Amino acid sequence: MLPELGEFALILALLLSALQAFFGIAGPALGRARWQDSVVPAVAGQFVMVLTAVGCLVASFVNNDFSVQYVAENSNSALPLFYRVAALWGAHEGSLLLWIFLLACWTLAVAIGVARLRQAFAVRVLGVLGVVSFGFLLFTLATSNPFLRLDPAAPDGRDLNPLLQDPALAAHPPILYTGYVGFAVAFAFACAAMLEGKLDETWARLTRPWASAAWAFLTCGIALGSWWAYYDLGWGGYWFWDPVENASFMPWLVGTALIHSLAATEKRGLFKSWTLLLAILAFSMSLLGTFLVRSGVLVSVHSFAADPTRGIFILIFLIVMIGGAFSLYAWRAPALRSKAGFEIVSRESFLLFNNILLVVAAATVLGGTLAPLISDALHLGTLSVGPQYFGPMFLVSMLPLLALVSVGLHAKWKRGGVVEARRPILITLGVGVVVGLAVFVGAFADAGWLTPVGIALGVWLILSSLIDPLDRLRRGLSLSRAVLGMTVAHIGLGVFAIAVTSVQSFTHERDIALAIGESAPVGGYQFRFDKLESVDGPNYDGVGAQISVLREGALVAVLHPEKRHYFVQGSVMTEASIAVKPTRNILVALGEDLGAGRWSIRAQIRPLINYVWIAALIMAIGGVLALSDRRYRTARVAAERAAAGGGSAAGTAVGEQGA
Amino acid sequence: MNRYFVPLGSFVLLAIVLAIGIRHSPDKGLIQSPLIGKPAPSFALPDLTAPGREVQASQFSGRWYVFNVWGTWCAECRAEHPALVAIAKSGVIPLVGLDWKDDDGDARRWLSELGDPYVEVAADRDGRAAIDWGVYGAPETFLVNDRGVIVHKQIGAMTAEIWQRDFLPLLPRRAGS
Repeated sequence: MLPELGEFALILALLLSALQAFFGIAGPALGRARWQDSVVPAVAGQFVMVLTAVGCLVASFVNNDFSVQYVAENSNSALPLFYRVAALWGAHEGSLLLWIFLLACWTLAVAIGVARLRQAFAVRVLGVLGVVSFGFLLFTLATSNPFLRLDPAAPDGRDLNPLLQDPALAAHPPILYTGYVGFAVAFAFACAAMLEGKLDETWARLTRPWASAAWAFLTCGIALGSWWAYYDLGWGGYWFWDPVENASFMPWLVGTALIHSLAATEKRGLFKSWTLLLAILAFSMSLLGTFLVRSGVLVSVHSFAADPTRGIFILIFLIVMIGGAFSLYAWRAPALRSKAGFEIVSRESFLLFNNILLVVAAATVLGGTLAPLISDALHLGTLSVGPQYFGPMFLVSMLPLLALVSVGLHAKWKRGGVVEARRPILITLGVGVVVGLAVFVGAFADAGWLTPVGIALGVWLILSSLIDPLDRLRRGLSLSRAVLGMTVAHIGLGVFAIAVTSVQSFTHERDIALAIGESAPVGGYQFRFDKLESVDGPNYDGVGAQISVLREGALVAVLHPEKRHYFVQGSVMTEASIAVKPTRNILVALGEDLGAGRWSIRAQIRPLINYVWIAALIMAIGGVLALSDRRYRTARVAAERAAAGGGSAAGTAVGEQGA
Repeated sequence: MNRYFVPLGSFVLLAIVLAIGIRHSPDKGLIQSPLIGKPAPSFALPDLTAPGREVQASQFSGRWYVFNVWGTWCAECRAEHPALVAIAKSGVIPLVGLDWKDDDGDARRWLSELGDPYVEVAADRDGRAAIDWGVYGAPETFLVNDRGVIVHKQIGAMTAEIWQRDFLPLLPRRAGS
């Protein structure tokens, strides 16, 4: 019964989203007050229906209802309860349902957060979100229904992909998708502003916290995915430039540009059309990512069963949404041009350069991701694009960006020049260079040119970010959450630069063949193979090794890497074992049985690797701090006053009701 | 041309590329590769594991073999590797590897660490042989029969399930038993 109830709820949600989209867009356009009034109830109804559908599918998983195809394919009666719930997003159909659910949550939040504003605008935002929701619901029901029954029911399930049976991965998709979907809100704000033909500082102030929230979630989601890859894929890599990783990284880069561009729009009413474009682009990148992952156009480690009909559907959806938004942009953006000007060495121009570099970086990643596809379509032969392309290309835009942030932070709005801050900038740069060179000369011999540059830029950025806040504190001035958030996020970026540089430069990695009792040196540590034993899990068995890590005779860590064999899917998984130290991680993975009691073992020492993820977390915290700034709460009151005062530019005053 | 139309124009171009991509993507799974039923392209490439030697297609004439394209830079190749090792262990059919656009040292390290399922590994350093074989992206796996004709092609990672379902039934009983 439950699966049918879930499917029925999804159909009702589809109908409600259609109402939400129609009333939300047509209501203000035609000035029908009654139509506008029905948008929020449609949003609430849709949320309840989607929640019901999710609840039904979760219940089917928990009850081990293997008459549901999706459950039978992604769960097993031996699977622990936690993973039976997480298996909801273990494959395509459930991931989509999760996407829809998160969109419903965001939409509800928007309805609560902005419903007290000028009604016409809030209603248009909800209308655009309704279109997005309608597309995804239709997609799910037409091509990816998670509630399909199996007749006869399977005796037991085929189990969740063992790669996904991991706590970090259970949390990774919901957080990542929250970020992805969150950009739909900024997108809807942009479309609503264009539909209305009015874009002012209040608009930017309203949009900014939503964009920052989505960005913070996306940051955490990507970091969590990278962390998972590091310890669960088993081989100690943390970023592969895989199409799916790129798909999450592109919206992040554009989203970063968006939150900075919004700052200029809010403060100075500048870059309006540029901000609109970035808001469209950030969500487009999310949709494009979905397309790339779900259509099977590109082969990736992450792709589940891909299906061309799904690809066609998403492509059509992509054309309607993004093509529609860009058409709207071409039509309306010229009227929304900014009128203010700025001098060449002002904060505005630094933000503009920041935007350009970030968009260039996103374009670089997009180009690399799509290159095999384009080359294939044009019959230019096959092409493979790997880290050899992405690594250097990415640095081309990122290194200047780091330097730019350190200087740009001290530039004033509107007025030219950074002369006043010249001394602190130069002093912090000097400290950065000294630290970079010290590490380069002092620490390890085989480091490349990137080592001193990356570390110097990172140190410079951290110190430079601290100048202004410390100066304000010294002078007894208060520090707004916005400034604090910005400072924290930039420090996070600096930490990130230092950590990534160190990991890339100073990783020691060796594959060693050891028999029990033998040991081998790697990067100043001694790895001793103590024993091998069998392991038994709920849905797997395998072998586990015990490996002692010693430094100058003293025991540093005892590691237990495993090689697991999952019964149902017959797959073998390498479970690496990692000793986490403040300054480095020591990872050991068990390779192949080489015969005669010898095993191949990968030993890897990565310095500062944890700080790569901690840095991402710091950035996300910065984003959250910034969006909790007081002015976003007071903005609402100001907007309400403005709404009570005047009508909208599009002349829909008939439908307007003050708050 | 109005600059506000630039995003729309770029997007139209992108959509065309994606549409072509989709049109091609069925080839990768549902519609068979145009190479199926055609003679396997010949190649003569340096032997990865024995420097100085060459691996040639003619070495395998008169035998069924599996031709697997991989590279150490390819994450999915790592995922499929245990399946290849298991196939090699079953002794049903020899596996020939094509190490595609790779660093020889990395590739040798990979084989020593993950196990070497191949009877021969050819190093296709500039990717020419892979183009002859119509490789879209690693990993790809071809089944070649005793007359040197490509019988089947798998795009994406090999798994025990795919092997059982798509490859084993195509093998002659003698080789398959």
